[in-house]
Amino acid sequence: MNILVCLKQTFDTEERIVIENGKIKEDGVKFVINPYDEYAVEEAIRLRDELGGQVTVISVGPERAEEALRTALAMGADEAILADDPALFGDEFTAAKVLAAIVKQHPFDLIIAGNQAVDDGSGQVAVRLAEELGIPHISTLTKLEVNGDKVTGHRDAEGDEEIVEATLPVLVTAQQGLNEPRYPSLIGIRKASKKPLSKVTLSDLGLSAEDIQPKTTITETFLPAPKTAGKILSGDLADQVKELVSALKTTEKVIG
Amino acid sequence: MAKNVLILADIRRQKLRNVTFEMLAAANTVAEGGTVSVAVLGSGVESLVGGLGDAGADTVYLVDAPELANYTPNAYKKAFMEAVRDANPDIIFMAHSAVGKDLAPVIATRLGAGQVSDIVALEGSGDNLTFTRPIYAGKAFTKVQVTEGKVIATVRPNNLPPAEGSFGKAGTVKNLAVSFEAQDLSTMVKEIIQKASTGVDLSEAKIIVSGGRGVKSADGFKPLQELADVLGAAVGASRGACDAGYCDYALQIGQTGKVVTPDLYIACGISGAIQHLAGMSNSKVIVAINKDPEAPIFQIADYGIVGDLFEVVPMLTVEVKKALA
Repeated sequence: MNILVCLKQTFDTEERIVIENGKIKEDGVKFVINPYDEYAVEEAIRLRDELGGQVTVISVGPERAEEALRTALAMGADEAILADDPALFGDEFTAAKVLAAIVKQHPFDLIIAGNQAVDDGSGQVAVRLAEELGIPHISTLTKLEVNGDKVTGHRDAEGDEEIVEATLPVLVTAQQGLNEPRYPSLIGIRKASKKPLSKVTLSDLGLSAEDIQPKTTITETFLPAPKTAGKILSGDLADQVKELVSALKTTEKVIG
Repeated sequence: MAKNVLILADIRRQKLRNVTFEMLAAANTVAEGGTVSVAVLGSGVESLVGGLGDAGADTVYLVDAPELANYTPNAYKKAFMEAVRDANPDIIFMAHSAVGKDLAPVIATRLGAGQVSDIVALEGSGDNLTFTRPIYAGKAFTKVQVTEGKVIATVRPNNLPPAEGSFGKAGTVKNLAVSFEAQDLSTMVKEIIQKASTGVDLSEAKIIVSGGRGVKSADGFKPLQELADVLGAAVGASRGACDAGYCDYALQIGQTGKVVTPDLYIACGISGAIQHLAGMSNSKVIVAINKDPEAPIFQIADYGIVGDLFEVVPMLTVEVKKALA
């Protein structure tokens, strides 16, 4: 079974955001595999170990994203592809077109991606990719089973669990709880440096700049107004609780 | 310039969710004389179409079919595209919910259109429509425009202002006949396990009572649930509580997990890791209950009580009951 995994390199979720000259500052930031994509990588490796085949990890992003792909290789993926040509960067529309062009050069049975990235959080690219490829998708999975060509996914739908079936080829997206991603072993890290990692450009993919022109533009990036610490209540605990409830009811008008 | 706007009604358990009305109100401000229509898709949903004229719809597209009983992307795509054909929208709104989040990118791709996800505000109109949306789960925000073609946006519940009063529009119902073929049913829902027992959904809850590592066990969530029941609130959790196995990951609030913006957020035994704060710090009023006076959660809380949640929360439940009586 050939499994493709789409991954994005993102800021570690413990990073604070600093804006400089209207842009988010990247200096000194710790980068990781987008946590939802990490579930995707882990799931792909487990399925490959169970069913045989090959796991290829694909990323569209700057040169630094190579580190995330190497981490995925160290976890156990077999091959990596990085689209680091700036001509391939744009919005979600662009990313889906680029991924579709890469995927079309690689035979696959299953595509796994995270359900969203923790940076942009738009949750569009994987679903757009499935639609570009004309294959079914099942999103936000907390459990995935593959039996022959039948795929059963347990989908997190706002707290409810939907059990959904489809037939390969299919694209699925990972939700938290799907698995517990492994840490790369020392042997894994050593092997990763020897595994194939190829880079692709606009012309390699037979795309024109016009085909992948983004449809959206960001006009401003800003931080929310800082939240100031409020009131730490004091006195007898029973009085604190009374004061709180009264404030919520009368001052804030959020209860009652 | 007049714009036609098409909305997907957001339905959960055969009921229209409030975000539908929030989207209708927004649609009426951006349409500038264009037509506002709403698509009601499902099975046995005909009773939901009444009143949508008052809520701001000129036209209501109804596709009532057994194939739409549960959401699946391809069947809903087919039904929604019928409404698109008839309405010829310039702008499409869906909720940033389990259905809208999944369907919008499908429709955007079909239409070769740009999409702005999870919007919390909009300004301007016509070709100058600008959306505000959180990035890094609300650690920062961007303003985004769609530069050409149709505009698709998914709307975060509980953020756009609802309409004041009735629009008094016609709400003319158009029944659309859709025949579903095998390729439209390429994914099938076999079973639904309802986990959110109280029925108050995190993403749309006005009040959330949330627990962290301080709850100490699955049982430790009981007093929080009791408080939530009295308040009509949803129960959430921090990553710490989920990782420790005290509750289901479906409850997790944070940069990984759900991002919420309720009117009232009560954090119990949550220290306030950056990744959790990202998911809830845009709540309107934040209450923190924690034993540790140095916990970072107090830095963003409007009201803080330093104390043991197992002592404070039951007292709070009693006091809230009195206040609501």
